[in-house]
Amino acid sequence: MKHEANTPLIRLAKRDAMSGGAIWAIRVGSIVLSLLIGCLVILITGNNPFKAYGVMIQGSLGGKVYLQQTIKIAIPLLGCALAIAPCFKMRFWNIGAEGQITAGALGATLIARLLDGKLPSLPLLLLMCLAAIVAGGIWGLIPAFFKAKWNSNETLFTLMMNYIIIGVVGWLQNGPWEARQGRMAQFSKDATLPKVLGIHCGWIIVLVLVLLMFFYMRYTKQGFEIAVIGDSKNTASYAGMKVGYVMMRTMFLSGAICGITGFIILSGANGTLASNIANGVGFTAITVAWLSQLNPFAMIVISMMLAILTKGADTLQTQMNVPASLSNIIIGLLLFCMLGCEFFINFKMIFRSRKTEKEVDAK
Amino acid sequence: MTGFINGLILLIVAAISYGTPLMFGTLGEILTEKSGNLNLGVEGIMFMGGAFGLGGVFYYEKLVGENANGVVAILVAILAAFIAGAFASLIFSFLTTTLRANQNVTGLALSIFGTGVGQFTGELMRVKAGGYVTISNGLKVFFSNTPFPKALTDIPYVGQLLFGHSVFFYLGLLLAIGMHLYLNKTRSGMFLKAVGENPATADAAGINVARNKYAATIIGGGISAIGGMIYITSIASCVWNHEGLAGVGWLAVALVIFCLWRPLSTIWGSILFGALMIMYLRFPLPFIPTDIYKILPYVVTIAVLILTSLRNNKDKQPPASLGLPYFREER
Repeated sequence: MKHEANTPLIRLAKRDAMSGGAIWAIRVGSIVLSLLIGCLVILITGNNPFKAYGVMIQGSLGGKVYLQQTIKIAIPLLGCALAIAPCFKMRFWNIGAEGQITAGALGATLIARLLDGKLPSLPLLLLMCLAAIVAGGIWGLIPAFFKAKWNSNETLFTLMMNYIIIGVVGWLQNGPWEARQGRMAQFSKDATLPKVLGIHCGWIIVLVLVLLMFFYMRYTKQGFEIAVIGDSKNTASYAGMKVGYVMMRTMFLSGAICGITGFIILSGANGTLASNIANGVGFTAITVAWLSQLNPFAMIVISMMLAILTKGADTLQTQMNVPASLSNIIIGLLLFCMLGCEFFINFKMIFRSRKTEKEVDAK
Repeated sequence: MTGFINGLILLIVAAISYGTPLMFGTLGEILTEKSGNLNLGVEGIMFMGGAFGLGGVFYYEKLVGENANGVVAILVAILAAFIAGAFASLIFSFLTTTLRANQNVTGLALSIFGTGVGQFTGELMRVKAGGYVTISNGLKVFFSNTPFPKALTDIPYVGQLLFGHSVFFYLGLLLAIGMHLYLNKTRSGMFLKAVGENPATADAAGINVARNKYAATIIGGGISAIGGMIYITSIASCVWNHEGLAGVGWLAVALVIFCLWRPLSTIWGSILFGALMIMYLRFPLPFIPTDIYKILPYVVTIAVLILTSLRNNKDKQPPASLGLPYFREER
């Protein structure tokens, strides 16, 4: 028994590869757990949690119009999560997606204001998209440049860039580009994305992006470089990769995809530019990207799930007077549970038992 | 000339009142980061502190009615905010220290969760109270007015500058000095810094790494949350205002870098940032539109980030293990 003091009650050891089924069972379990904790929050408001979840499902999926609205929420989430994935893979904490979306939308609006009515619809939309790619890309490139050159803190840098571009758009909206009472003019039909199956065709664009991103991350040299840098910058340098250059390239790509997302929100959903065009998508998309383990196909499911939560919480507010910010609480809880559950996938706990004590004694 | 001086005094007083929430937010995060934990959830923590601090005073006044005492009300607000922030940071510590989750993502998750909880609580109180939640004017003055007698504040020029601020500013000063002494002059403060610089060495020296990380993060989170409460009770005059509070927590994280992890520097750093936040109102320039003027603090923050990364001075660096996980088994 003299060894008892040296053997902790619980020891940890790295687990060998777990079976795929068990991993997904743990992940689904953690999602269920977060929804159960969400029940407690709804109970505090004095409502029946099961009825509340019922209202949320009804309001987001129970009808063609509701479903279309939910998908409209999911489209930019998915697009933006795809943009964030390569940065996070590289361990570059880009939380400036919000600003890169706004910058993209600003670029597209500039083209629309210059060329609307002078070009046919298709070339106009393509030019707007191109401008969004360039503007979003540059807005992502700036923090990456300073990170690559002088290793400045990218988390805060990208975040501050959000406030700056949002302020600039706010100025345009209230000043030079104002049409009436702090709003800009609505785009003409030429500058608006056409509808396919009742929803603006942005959903086709993001689904194509899913395929491209999957291919890019898994099968290209650039995707491999991103993964190596994410694991170890030193390894990447020793292998002869230009870490700074890859960082800047990846952030341009990320900003560009955010720009496309901004163009989709602008031209597909809103039809005009406003300073709140991103409306928190850039932050929620971080959750989508991380919950899907940076897997583009999983992002489709997760972005739909969060869209259901968001749309459902809106319905809950109008029907049961529960504040719509409930969706943010549940999204936060989801993330906490998913982050925590990775531990049980990667480690196993060894409890102190008589058997191990005997083994120790025998030694 | 007197007009200019009076304007300047007004600006400084306003800068201090806007800087005080930042000061608490920053001091809390400095304590957290000294343990090597990078908690990016300050934004969410300050939201929770604001909502729960306001809720604490609101329900305290509802309970005792006319007999409400200003000092007790302030203590209730501080305590409610501290508990909310400590709880949020406990989640962070549990996930990052015990369950070894990534600190960046956990911090971002805490930001989303905390802003959600803050807004939810703020709105729920409004719905439950049927109208909007605020406290009586008699109690409000304790939060926004100076604790010093009129004779002192009436001294020309210096009276307002030295004695014209809310009680929280003076508490913040004491806290900054106290934290400076704790980190540099006490044994346990040294232990904490050792954990943040090199957890493996600290562990070998017999310092309990996990306990230090937990304690610093939880207390730091509580202090940051008090900053959110101060914003809501003094600047937003006791009405839940999530738009005003948005972004303050992130500025506090930036201010930690600006102050080079030194508690004493937060005093002037937060006043400077408070001035940047309020300049567009108190010091309007006709040739700069308001929307552009408002982004000033963020532009300055970026400039600061670039400048601090340019100068590679050895004693001006973050704690060496900041943001890195420590697993004893992987040494």
